[in-house]
Amino acid sequence: MVDNGKELSYRLVPSTCVYCGTGCGVLLEVMDGRVTGTLPQKDHPVSWGALCVKGWAVHEFVHSERRLTAPLVRSGGELKETDWDTALAAVAEGLSRVAKEHGPDAVGFFASARCTNEENYLLQKLARAVVGTNNVDHCARL
Amino acid sequence: MTNSIGELEDAEVILVVGSNTTEQHPIIGERILAAVRKGAKLIVIDPRTIHLSSFAEVFLRPRPGSEVAYLNGLANVIISEGLEDRDFIASRTEGFEELKKAVAEYTPAKVEEISGIPAQDLVAAARLYAGADRASIVYCMGITQHTTGTDNVLALANLAMLTGNVGRPGTGVNPLRGQNNVQGACDMGGLPNVFTGYQRVDSEEAAAKFEAAWGVEGLSRKVGLTITEMTEKAAEGELRALFIMGENPMVSDPDINHVRQALEKLDFLAVADIMDNETLRYAHVALPAASFAEKDGTITNTERRVQRVRKAIEPVGEAKPDWEIVCAVARKMGASGFNFLSPEEVFEEIRKVTPSYAGITYARLGTRGLQWPCPAEDHPGTPILHAESFPIGKGRFTPCEFREPAELPDEEYPLTLTTGRLLFHYHTGTMTRRSPSLVREIDRAFVEVNPADAAELGIRDGDRVKVSSRRGVVEVDAKVTDKVGKGVIFMPFHFAEAAANLLTNSAFDPVSKIPELKVCAARIEK
Repeated sequence: MVDNGKELSYRLVPSTCVYCGTGCGVLLEVMDGRVTGTLPQKDHPVSWGALCVKGWAVHEFVHSERRLTAPLVRSGGELKETDWDTALAAVAEGLSRVAKEHGPDAVGFFASARCTNEENYLLQKLARAVVGTNNVDHCARL
Repeated sequence: MTNSIGELEDAEVILVVGSNTTEQHPIIGERILAAVRKGAKLIVIDPRTIHLSSFAEVFLRPRPGSEVAYLNGLANVIISEGLEDRDFIASRTEGFEELKKAVAEYTPAKVEEISGIPAQDLVAAARLYAGADRASIVYCMGITQHTTGTDNVLALANLAMLTGNVGRPGTGVNPLRGQNNVQGACDMGGLPNVFTGYQRVDSEEAAAKFEAAWGVEGLSRKVGLTITEMTEKAAEGELRALFIMGENPMVSDPDINHVRQALEKLDFLAVADIMDNETLRYAHVALPAASFAEKDGTITNTERRVQRVRKAIEPVGEAKPDWEIVCAVARKMGASGFNFLSPEEVFEEIRKVTPSYAGITYARLGTRGLQWPCPAEDHPGTPILHAESFPIGKGRFTPCEFREPAELPDEEYPLTLTTGRLLFHYHTGTMTRRSPSLVREIDRAFVEVNPADAAELGIRDGDRVKVSSRRGVVEVDAKVTDKVGKGVIFMPFHFAEAAANLLTNSAFDPVSKIPELKVCAARIEK
């Protein structure tokens, strides 16, 4: 595609809808580094080319103004922007301190039914192998 | 799900209970309607009149919380009319006599007294379900979010085994998973009692296996706390630090005032999320996470199908995918074993320690996925569970006794509040309420009130009303509708500014630890 003489990139990226547990096949429309639309995947074994109203709109929150775009650390009672290294160090310090002072079972982890398998695997590994607690759960019950 | 979504079309009878399928799982709802078009008969059991009700051969509208009573009642009719599958019971199950004894007292007349379901309708539903060669049960949170949730599920399993509706196409007991990766988060050990693939943390063998795989010693053998328990312990000051990845308990959890007190009490709270949300206000550190469009990975749907999400764009702003965030935190804490360069590398480790995922590779997943168990790379995956036998050998009938919900209506709070979702919104709304085309459909909380109750209270459609329970009060618009029965009110829980979960009861099922979000006592005032 050409716009004002400038080449626009446009491609379809096969993915899976991330709303409910049905797992419909979607194609994300990507134009110039932004997700601009969602199309159904015709040969998908669950959805066979259909999507619900949420599925058709699954790209819409991606570029929302409400997205968190920088790490935040609380100082003086307020969350303030900081760099990744500072934020990650604060998390590591916060978890380590409590585990050391009050034992590993004083630390808890909420995994997520909204994150990938790989991410949930890593979080429970962090809880169990690094902190030393089985206090890890997610919102399956809610 | 024991079976697969596509098979629903081949069922002769589908029993939908506690699932508003066309709103919460619309594409599965489509499959159910396709089955009806092909001649399948539909039984719908729900305290609300839902879209599917109008397509049902039999529609039962019980009082919320009476599930065990009417499910036992269905078993009672099946056994007393001799409609059970004797061959299946003899060859595949045990405990039939105990079940028979336990359900004997749940006669249609008694069930009518408890649940409000007319006796003849219960009998019709039982005959229809038991009379089919292939009958499928579809259920959702209307079954599980009760203090009797475990018994409700066991009572459903009893029905499937009683009629031999297990292990064949178009049969089974099929829970619909609410979130895109509830199944996967469970499979991956995002639970306090199990490692990946449901290997128990208190099993010496499993713990030793993971110690070897992870190169660590002394993994805790003690079962950890569930979310509801962690909230409790945080409020008591015993749990002092919390890392929350992609959850918004300040809207999703029962009794939000209590959740807030718990979060405020923490020494340290870290939250990783894609959006600014209600829980962030209590965080000491907030980390911007990449959305599904900005990362690679796998998610597992309700029929156990492992599928890919693919990176389509670079993360927005400085966001990072959660897998990178967790690895970075672990490395900062001095841990080894978190030097992954891609989600595929993580998946390769998952395969090694998880027998049901052992045969799955990114290359095999393609754009259609694979259903676990998939134990080897030449294994085609498993669309139907329990075809030959159950994991425990014979299926065991578990007799269940009816118990009332934790909180019943009384003089002060005379109505029963039940909660749920809407077609256009999703869970706590952090995504759908940032989605212009969905917000256009509906963006306001409401409460459904039966016309008889509304008349008594002098409430008209559209009136602003106060809904209160022992735990809180919210102001919403009244929708006067006979979708709900007399004495029952319904609220969606998506709307943080009028959060239904300020009202709900955090009493939970003793086994599943699922809170009773579907029943609490409430009152309405103008």
